[in-house]
Amino acid sequence: MKVVVCVKQIPDPADPGALDPETRTLKRDVKLILDESDSYGVEMALQLVDAAGEGEVILVSMAPNGERSGLATALAMGAASAILISDPELVGSDALTTAKLLATAVKDQGADLIIAGSESSDGYTGVVPEQIAGVLDLPSVTAAKSIEVDGSSIKVQRQTDGGYDDVTCPLPAVVSVTAGVVEPRYPSFKGIMAAKNKPVEEKSAADLGFDASQVGWAGAGQEIIEVTDAPKRQAGEVIEDDGEAFTKIVAYLENMKVI
Amino acid sequence: MPDYTPPLRDISFVLDEVVEFQDLFATEAFGHVDADTVHTVLAEVGRFMAEVVAPTNRDGDVIGSSWQPDGSVITPDSFKPAYRQMVAAGYGAIPFDPDFGGGGFPWVSAIAIQEMLTSANMAFSLWALLTQGAIDAFTHHGSDEQKAMYLPKMLTGEWTGTMNLTEPHAGSDVGALTSKAEPVGDGSYRITGQKIYITYGEQDLSENIIHLVLARTPGAAPGTRGISMFVVPKFLVNDDGSLGERNGVSCVSIEHKLGIHGSPTCVLAYENAIGWLVGEDGDGMRNMFTMMNNARLSVGLEGLALAERAYQQALQYSLDRTQGTAVGAAKGVSSPIIDHADVRRMLMTQRSWIDAMRCLVYTNAAEIDRSKANGGDEARGHKELADLLIPLSKGLCTDLGNELTSLAVQIHGGMGYVEETGVAQHYRDARIAPIYEGTNGIQAADLVGRKLPMRGGAVVFEQLDAFDHTAAELSKDPELARFGQNLTEAIEVTRECSRWLLENGAVDPNNALAGSVPYLRMLGTVMCAGLVGKAALVAAANDTGAEADFYRAKKISAKFFGEQILPTAPALAGAVMAGPDDLFALTPQQLA
Repeated sequence: MKVVVCVKQIPDPADPGALDPETRTLKRDVKLILDESDSYGVEMALQLVDAAGEGEVILVSMAPNGERSGLATALAMGAASAILISDPELVGSDALTTAKLLATAVKDQGADLIIAGSESSDGYTGVVPEQIAGVLDLPSVTAAKSIEVDGSSIKVQRQTDGGYDDVTCPLPAVVSVTAGVVEPRYPSFKGIMAAKNKPVEEKSAADLGFDASQVGWAGAGQEIIEVTDAPKRQAGEVIEDDGEAFTKIVAYLENMKVI
Repeated sequence: MPDYTPPLRDISFVLDEVVEFQDLFATEAFGHVDADTVHTVLAEVGRFMAEVVAPTNRDGDVIGSSWQPDGSVITPDSFKPAYRQMVAAGYGAIPFDPDFGGGGFPWVSAIAIQEMLTSANMAFSLWALLTQGAIDAFTHHGSDEQKAMYLPKMLTGEWTGTMNLTEPHAGSDVGALTSKAEPVGDGSYRITGQKIYITYGEQDLSENIIHLVLARTPGAAPGTRGISMFVVPKFLVNDDGSLGERNGVSCVSIEHKLGIHGSPTCVLAYENAIGWLVGEDGDGMRNMFTMMNNARLSVGLEGLALAERAYQQALQYSLDRTQGTAVGAAKGVSSPIIDHADVRRMLMTQRSWIDAMRCLVYTNAAEIDRSKANGGDEARGHKELADLLIPLSKGLCTDLGNELTSLAVQIHGGMGYVEETGVAQHYRDARIAPIYEGTNGIQAADLVGRKLPMRGGAVVFEQLDAFDHTAAELSKDPELARFGQNLTEAIEVTRECSRWLLENGAVDPNNALAGSVPYLRMLGTVMCAGLVGKAALVAAANDTGAEADFYRAKKISAKFFGEQILPTAPALAGAVMAGPDDLFALTPQQLA
């Protein structure tokens, strides 16, 4: 069983970078780490390969500055190898360009399954997995909370507001995984040491058959026009207890769909 | 805001630029490791400690470990997954022999791991610490069979280790112990006696517990010369490595303590328990001394680790809590308390001492590594320095653990005295460190009785001479010139005190013992100042570039140390050289 996991390396959310006022995008020239929301996909892939008893997990990532420390974490968790699409030309690439590049890198890997996080924790576009499926003309399942391989198809529990849907899908397929659905393992000491010798293949946009006009700012079909601060939190509602306050609280919670 | 942020940048600064541990990787012993790999490991381990272990700290305190009438001991529920994950990750094996599954990393890298583990949860960290000590004992004194039987599973942490020295009437005076070991003719012994203060002597984390027990064989000499060390596994180990019958050791109670509630401190009863000699008959104390340096260094580290954790909490509180209007703030504004000068004084005292302690402890560990990785005279020089630093690391850092966690409580004001904030836990947890693994009084006695007299005091004097050079360099930087001057003065006073102790201690040991504790503080502070001085010079040379802010902070922390902490060292000269007369001038009745 060969599983490709798309992972992103992002600025450490504990020490987030600033927005570049000119491009209105996040400055990513700091040390990058593995996006926590991708660690669930890596864990799920490792578990699937373990359950299959054979195969491997391959990482595919894209970073303009050649950063590898996030990949090192995922390799130390147990992935076998990585492909890093790295090229200064990639700065400014939009979601679709990203998906095209990742899909091209994935295409020749002979993957049975491609896993991605639902969305990154820095850009939050939340469309790349589906775009990869589109580019590769593969079925796409979103918001998976569990994946079970059954011969040449998978059974996926797909998270919904009210519970989950059971979905069956032929392989190969692209599945996006919801954060928090498995407990990602911590890299063991042996895993960290082994990761040092695992292959990371670097590819430029040109290696993948893209010229400069198709990637980065030049190739972006989307533009960030404006960035505004998140609205300030509204003052809470104070309910005076006149003996009937509980009805208002129940109504409030019902409105929130909490009960 | 997480409870604990691993201070990875501070640690790498000390490793790379103060300790300069890169030389270790050019030696045969550590040639398979490199600095980058150490930093990668520390980053992953730090994340684990912050995310998995640190959240269990409160449970350890509030729930604690509890003894059950059937003799079992239950640790807090949250300890179990943390233990399980730590064993799976195999972090405990990193500094040990690759032949038994270890990574063969330098001890100083293990010290960095231990710092983060201890900051995350000191009570939890102790099973790992005691296991480390037992691994050391087997590595140096165990037979090949014992190593093969115990080390692989102890390195992973699947089996934990304990150290059984203390008995009700044999604490600091280990030689008074009375536990007996009777040979039965097949190479094994039957151990009988009662041991107290056995850390993790019983627990529900590991599948087996390997007790190392000091006891006397029949006809053994009195005192420490007649003590031997035995291995007594909780469950006997079959030839195929599987676990057999339960051995004759049981936990009869656990102590109710001021702190480290999560760590079960056990009274163990040995009744005809089956044990085997570790090393030779009568070598028990010698075996213990092999482990002593590492164990004392690790306890010194506890002072640093808890000071760091408490500091992080106090700093956050000082930013969140508003109270009063700070000088210069607009009228009517309630200022965050960090804007008040006295809160700043407390924070800087913590920050500056923490930086200094990390320099001291990590240097100590690296000197242990260098003494092992090099040969001949070079090794001897490193060994002497490591030996000198041990009582300083243990004594000074654990005293400071008390003082600095107390400052963290103080910054919290009234809320610091209320358990709800959690800061009082650090203060209570830290209190044991000056007591166990040789009280700080014993550390000071070791310093003036054994360490200072090495080569007639030359080990101390050579260090002080080296620091003279640091002082001269500091004096060239206008911002650090006062530090340099203070260091020169402190070195001179320390020389005078050292000479006085050597001369007068030889006449009457009480001359040296009476001033030993203030001398430890003095020499420890000066030793820190010399190392911090080096850190300041490195920081001063990096005042531009991407990390200018970081280095600026390091320089100011050092400057504060040199100007506001270092002057307390020479002020102790009177107490160091006072002799015992006033201590013994009053009769016990007059003391009443």
